[in-house]
Amino acid sequence: MSPQRHRLAAGGRIDRSRPLNFTFNGRRFEGYAGDTLASALIANGVTPVARSFKYHRPRGIVGAGAEEPNAIVQLETGARTQPNQRATRVELYDGLTAASVNCWPSVNFDLGAVNNLLKRLLPAGFYYKTFMWPPGFWMRYEYFIRRAAGLGKAPAAPDPDRYDKMHCHADVLVVGGGPSGLAAALAAGRTGARVILADGQNEFGGALLDGGAEIDGGPALDWVAAAVAELEAMAEVRLLPRATVAGYYDHNYLTIVERVTDHLGAAAPANLPRQRLWKVRAGQVVLATGSVERPLVFADNDRPGIMLASAAATYVNRYAAKPGSRAVVFTNNDSAYRVALDLAEAGIEVAAVVDPRPEPEGPLPARTRARGIEVLGGQAVVAAHGGGRVAAVEVMGLDQAGGGVIGESRRVRCDLVCVSGGWNPTVHLFSQSGGRLRYDDALAGFVPDRSAQAERSVGAAAGTFALADCLARGFEAGLEAAAEAGFRRKGRSRRAPKAPAQEEAPLRPFWVVPSTVARGRGTKHFIDLQNDVTVADVALAVREGYRSAEHLKRYTTMGMGTDQGKIGNVTGLAVLSELVDADIPSVGTTTFRPPYTPVGFGLLAGREVGALADPVRKTAIHRWHEDRGAAFEDVGQWKRPWYFPRAGESMHDAVNRECLAVRNSVGVMDASTLGKIDIQGPDALRLLNWVYTNAWDNLKIGRCRYGLMLGEDGMVMDDGVTTRLAEHHYLMTTTTGGAAGVLAWLEMWLQTEWLDLKVHLTSVTEHWATVAVAGPRARELLSALTSDIDLSAKAFPFMSMRAGTVAGVPARVFRISFTGELSFEINVPASYGMAVWNAVMMAGEKYGVTPFGTEAMHILRAEKGYIIVGDETDGTTTPGDVGMDWIVSKKKPDFIGKRSLSRPDTAREGRKQLVGLLTQDPKEVLPEGGQIVAEPEKKPPMKMIGHVTSSYWSASLGRSIALALVYGGHKRHGETVHVPLIGKTVSAVVSEPRFYDPEGVRLRG
Amino acid sequence: MLLIPCPWCGPRDETEFSCGGEGHIPRPADPAALTDPEWADYLFMRKNPKGVHTERWVHSQGCRRWFNVARHTVSHEILAVYKMGEPPPETGADSKQNRT
Repeated sequence: MSPQRHRLAAGGRIDRSRPLNFTFNGRRFEGYAGDTLASALIANGVTPVARSFKYHRPRGIVGAGAEEPNAIVQLETGARTQPNQRATRVELYDGLTAASVNCWPSVNFDLGAVNNLLKRLLPAGFYYKTFMWPPGFWMRYEYFIRRAAGLGKAPAAPDPDRYDKMHCHADVLVVGGGPSGLAAALAAGRTGARVILADGQNEFGGALLDGGAEIDGGPALDWVAAAVAELEAMAEVRLLPRATVAGYYDHNYLTIVERVTDHLGAAAPANLPRQRLWKVRAGQVVLATGSVERPLVFADNDRPGIMLASAAATYVNRYAAKPGSRAVVFTNNDSAYRVALDLAEAGIEVAAVVDPRPEPEGPLPARTRARGIEVLGGQAVVAAHGGGRVAAVEVMGLDQAGGGVIGESRRVRCDLVCVSGGWNPTVHLFSQSGGRLRYDDALAGFVPDRSAQAERSVGAAAGTFALADCLARGFEAGLEAAAEAGFRRKGRSRRAPKAPAQEEAPLRPFWVVPSTVARGRGTKHFIDLQNDVTVADVALAVREGYRSAEHLKRYTTMGMGTDQGKIGNVTGLAVLSELVDADIPSVGTTTFRPPYTPVGFGLLAGREVGALADPVRKTAIHRWHEDRGAAFEDVGQWKRPWYFPRAGESMHDAVNRECLAVRNSVGVMDASTLGKIDIQGPDALRLLNWVYTNAWDNLKIGRCRYGLMLGEDGMVMDDGVTTRLAEHHYLMTTTTGGAAGVLAWLEMWLQTEWLDLKVHLTSVTEHWATVAVAGPRARELLSALTSDIDLSAKAFPFMSMRAGTVAGVPARVFRISFTGELSFEINVPASYGMAVWNAVMMAGEKYGVTPFGTEAMHILRAEKGYIIVGDETDGTTTPGDVGMDWIVSKKKPDFIGKRSLSRPDTAREGRKQLVGLLTQDPKEVLPEGGQIVAEPEKKPPMKMIGHVTSSYWSASLGRSIALALVYGGHKRHGETVHVPLIGKTVSAVVSEPRFYDPEGVRLRG
Repeated sequence: MLLIPCPWCGPRDETEFSCGGEGHIPRPADPAALTDPEWADYLFMRKNPKGVHTERWVHSQGCRRWFNVARHTVSHEILAVYKMGEPPPETGADSKQNRT
């Protein structure tokens, strides 16, 4: 391991007594506690750290915060690996492992760099042009493009970490813990309001952490420490460091990503989640999100060693890491003069400050000159030289307008270029909240204008840069926000923190340095470093007609990287405005969308994974099924027994055995999951007449009736049997999956349309266990379990209900059938379900009673041609389509869906209609979903005339059966149709959709 | 995430509710008397205003009650919440605008 060659001997907020080991691209390095991965790489002199996305050019670290476009790493390996991590935001921990993305085989020798030579073939919009032709070639290109273009790899194994979600309310949420945010939180907190202060960094202080500033007559960081201590002591204040506010949504709802143990690596305590997602409903929001410096664009401005001036200051002051040894500062404003002074203070030679402003005056340029640093006014860096790292820059004079270069070019040797093109207020959250932006000419940037929500922006985020103003305005905003949330200043008011005034000269708006060579010829002027978008790309896009900001973005991919163009976007808009000859405000910005920085999917999933992903509903008899080794099927959230295999049986064997048992002796099924709605009230009958297609007026107490429910569009929605239990009391059953939807549907009509109906609905699905006993011996079996219900066909006819006692338990027995056999459905209170099931199994032993699952049930009903809503219907199916016109009342003046049945399209001939299919080879079972054609000889594309909706092997019939929806199917009976499959075509004869006991003798017996 | 003031439960997160679309569309008293286009209008055609929209919501994960909401479709501001059967309040919305 090499020593930290570029570490300063003293200063910074790192802990030199706590060295940490880490691995980058397979090499071992040492850093200190308090470092980020980026600062540790700089301290070790590692460069380049990445390859660019499109041209694979070597890249270095550009920023020091969330805005970093280049230093994107793959963190860790194996199941915990995370792509797309900004090295500037990864806190160093012992044992950290990271690797560059976008380079293969290595960052220093990159085969993809050939793209740099092929750049003429990779212009803006290359996705849309180059690789779409010739036809078919895309498939070949794609493999390489995807491989070459990715930003890291997703983990292949399940995430071993835990993530939490927190829901909370705040009177005042302060975003950003710099001077403005701290002042706001202090002011609001002192009123007693519930305050949350969230900041993305590991410690509060924001830009103050770079040192140097003074507050209340002492070092700013002393004030920060005192402020944090005061806030920590307040009962109603919650401090969230390492917490990035990712999204600002409607009605002051914000999400915060808190990195709880990310910075601890393997030392993370097991009791803590890796991250927490806070969902905060805030009364008032104070946005103190600061600002991001922007670059100045010159030829080959992407060379490693060229970075934002503020980032260079951060590395030197906060991390005691030297990003270079001989610097050129290139700035159009005063702030970078402070950087030049800081660099000089740290022992870095500053070769020159290059400033496009003709005569840089004022205290900061004066101090810089006094320090012996050359200030080159009215000049600009036109180009960078050097291969792997910048080795020199070329400086030329600028003409008055800034549109051309003049004079001799001068070459200045350097290995660090600190650029500052001014500051962009971080308006992302403000913009997400719906707030309107305004272009500020003095700042040459967008600032918050009109708020859309209960929010106020302060400090640099609002275009206020002087520390004294930030503190005053932050404090005031905290008081205002608390007051609007209902909290007034208590007791003696305390003054806002104070800082000495600073004098800065205005910046000169300046974006792209003019050049003696045409742009895009030989050199590149980068705007978006992450997505490799150059000035020439923007110009090309404009020439090709992509003149609006939103079109430009999509065509060039400018700002579409994972950094969302935090550094380059405004520059890109300025270039666009120049090219289309419009001012920047009228060009406007693209839309800011959450999240502010990338969020991992694990956090969004939270605990809702695995067994907690979705509730599981089990019947009262579930354990019996489990004990018998049932295979289960998910129906909605229910677990239903699918079939009950015996030792050595395949699914096919088991299902055939179950079907034959029901047809020949007796079977028993757990039907508890069927939806049950208890309907009571004098207008219950009116409700049924409204929502079902058939008439319900003459249904006697104790009798059951099948009903079909339509949407208002006339399409089949649900079906089920409803029983009249008493004068004004009915029990409706629904499909298992449709239960909640039907209840909601009925409630909607009752609450929004028929407010006068006196009727109440109660879901009783889980109150009752249902044991269905089906088969020719069902009556014999049940007679052993009840003495107070006369089971004879005369006393207890088909489609009726009797209340009595079954196995000693009060029960409702329904004589209804979905299998086509004699069938009794025993309903008992759910807590007795298991007992009654066991009693049925014991009583049925001598008949060989067979438990059967949903698969056998589906086959038995298909043999009878009974539809399943959702299989034989798909939301475009009318009662007539499935041959059920018989259940649609002609006499009722109205019911839901009636009018739609006479709409031209609903009433027309030749719609997709339900038929049976009998394959010519009786052993051939068609696949469900198989497409049906009339002419088997044709090659694709073929006209499809329908599809298979249900298809089974019928053990009772000894052949395959299928149901299908076929255009004009009702008139095709007897025709032969074909189902083309891979490698073969199956022919089948269209039939009635009823294959077994079509007269229904058996179920009435 | 809207904060919707349920008339029965108070302010709750949007995820507890379901939106039932445009409000104040009574079911025609005699559908049989309507022409096909008139019926299709009732069935399918809905306003999509840029401005105040009166719509129905149900507190499906709460009290399961339906109610009306007057919501601004640009700002998402909820200007009024009122019970079923009540007329829309004066919100500046063009509530009398014919849908056809």
